[in-house]
Amino acid sequence: MQWDIVIGLEIHVQLATKTKIFSGSSTAYGAEPNTQANAVDLAMPGTLPVPNEQAFRYAVMFGLAVNSEIERRSVFERKNYFYPDLPKGYQTTQLERPIVGPGYVDIDLANGESKRVRIHHAHLEEDAGKSLHEDFHGMTGVDLNRAGTPLIEVVTEPDMNSAEEAVAFAKKLHSIVTSLGICDGDMSQGSMRFDVNISLKPKGSDTLGTRTETKNLNSFRFMEQAIAHEVERQMDILEDGGVIEQETRLYNGDRDESRSMRTKEEANDYRYFPCPDLLPVEIDDTFIEDARSRLPELPDARKTRFKDQYGLNDYDAGLLSGDAKLASFFEEAASHGKDAKLTANWIQGEFSARLNAEEKTVADSPITGAQLGDMIIRISDNTISSAGAKKVFDALWTGENDNVDAIIDAKGLKQVSDTGALEKMVDEVLAGMPDQVAQFQNEEDPKKRKKMLGGFMGPLMKASKGQGNPKLFNEILLKKLEG
Amino acid sequence: MTISREDIEKVAVLARIRVDEEQVSALEKDLGNILDLVDQLSAADTDSVEPMAHPLDAVQRLRADEVTETDQRAAFQAIAPATENGLYLVPRVIE
Repeated sequence: MQWDIVIGLEIHVQLATKTKIFSGSSTAYGAEPNTQANAVDLAMPGTLPVPNEQAFRYAVMFGLAVNSEIERRSVFERKNYFYPDLPKGYQTTQLERPIVGPGYVDIDLANGESKRVRIHHAHLEEDAGKSLHEDFHGMTGVDLNRAGTPLIEVVTEPDMNSAEEAVAFAKKLHSIVTSLGICDGDMSQGSMRFDVNISLKPKGSDTLGTRTETKNLNSFRFMEQAIAHEVERQMDILEDGGVIEQETRLYNGDRDESRSMRTKEEANDYRYFPCPDLLPVEIDDTFIEDARSRLPELPDARKTRFKDQYGLNDYDAGLLSGDAKLASFFEEAASHGKDAKLTANWIQGEFSARLNAEEKTVADSPITGAQLGDMIIRISDNTISSAGAKKVFDALWTGENDNVDAIIDAKGLKQVSDTGALEKMVDEVLAGMPDQVAQFQNEEDPKKRKKMLGGFMGPLMKASKGQGNPKLFNEILLKKLEG
Repeated sequence: MTISREDIEKVAVLARIRVDEEQVSALEKDLGNILDLVDQLSAADTDSVEPMAHPLDAVQRLRADEVTETDQRAAFQAIAPATENGLYLVPRVIE
């Protein structure tokens, strides 16, 4: 049987405010446990929450960026449940009147098409603390530094129909919130967490199947794997004539397996009610217009500009415009180095590979866009070959030297582009390889000829101590061999 | 309007309140009376009434995003039943 996959997402986005949503405690990551958990965060009796204006500003900026209506009057509710990392016994959240109303995000798919994913709403709420289940004499340790960190929870409509679409949406959302500067986007530290709702229905059917929710996925890769895993699990059950139970599941990415966390019968009854500690928050046009004036260039606009301004193709423009930091790195390099296409290739090639290998982000890059640009100039003007450029890049990366021209001099990477000198080397090398020359001249298959041509390059590079300009060598070789 | 024993027991579990057998009977009556009162309220026509989020007719003041709190962990942990390495310790919550 053929199935349609239906996916909706809920995404928790930690807002990059300096302080918590309802208290003046710092939200800085990595502090000693509980040193950033004050009386309000600990739910001491007699404390009252006071909302953080910046959290509202960020939520409004998000709403504007995803084409949503902003709710002028937002109300906080209490979502009641007991867990040690939630000292109040309830999470302060928004249910009836979330600050961000319906909107949408357009995503680009691999087949070149674009797809619109609708946003149902996004609301403000507080994060919980962290429970550490290592053994503390049979007890659980609780760190409440994270308790009260502002979040927006973004809820989509079930508009995605494959893991690819869901991941494309997740990446786009990541790109939007990091471009806005409202979230640091560091998924390894839980700055963005995804819950995935998945159901299957017979191909073409209008009736939605029963859905399951897989919670707390914190990387794009795990999200993709978890969806594939859950789709397969549901398909197996349905094709055996079984029924899907509505439930919440946890996915273990390291083992590629999932288990049920709770079923609908055990589902929590959160007994929401308006929080009496907080008055309704009213946002006026001045506040919204101020937030609008703070919107930076967003990824879609940046992509279009990259195509117009730098002549990049759709693929390169999409890759380089998604991440705000990568985009500005590219722009710095391209404005120095002139050749935007070559710059794009180096960023997506060597630069990205090195970042990945060392698990660094663009922000930690040891080389600057300007340095890469200087190196691009020297490739473009034929001072160095691409092999030589790799050595320059390496020296910049390791911090051996920070000046491109100084590295080229110190390492003797300057190509010999004097055709007279190169011709002499070619003559000498060819004279020493008469058999290969004859073979080449008797070969008619152009592919084989090309391959044989490569056979001369090694000795030539050796003869020139790696400094001959390969492009010129190639031209001279052809001229000599083909007479 | 009546409330069942099962409902009372369920709500008690959700609220983490221990309720004895004999208390359940008393609660059946008390909560039933309260629900009757709610029923009377429900009879009122509220079509043109905005749901009330707060009894005060005022709006919330917001606070500037500036750190105003200092670390007072030692003071808070002095009254905690159990702590270790700066963590609050609680009965184990997962198997």
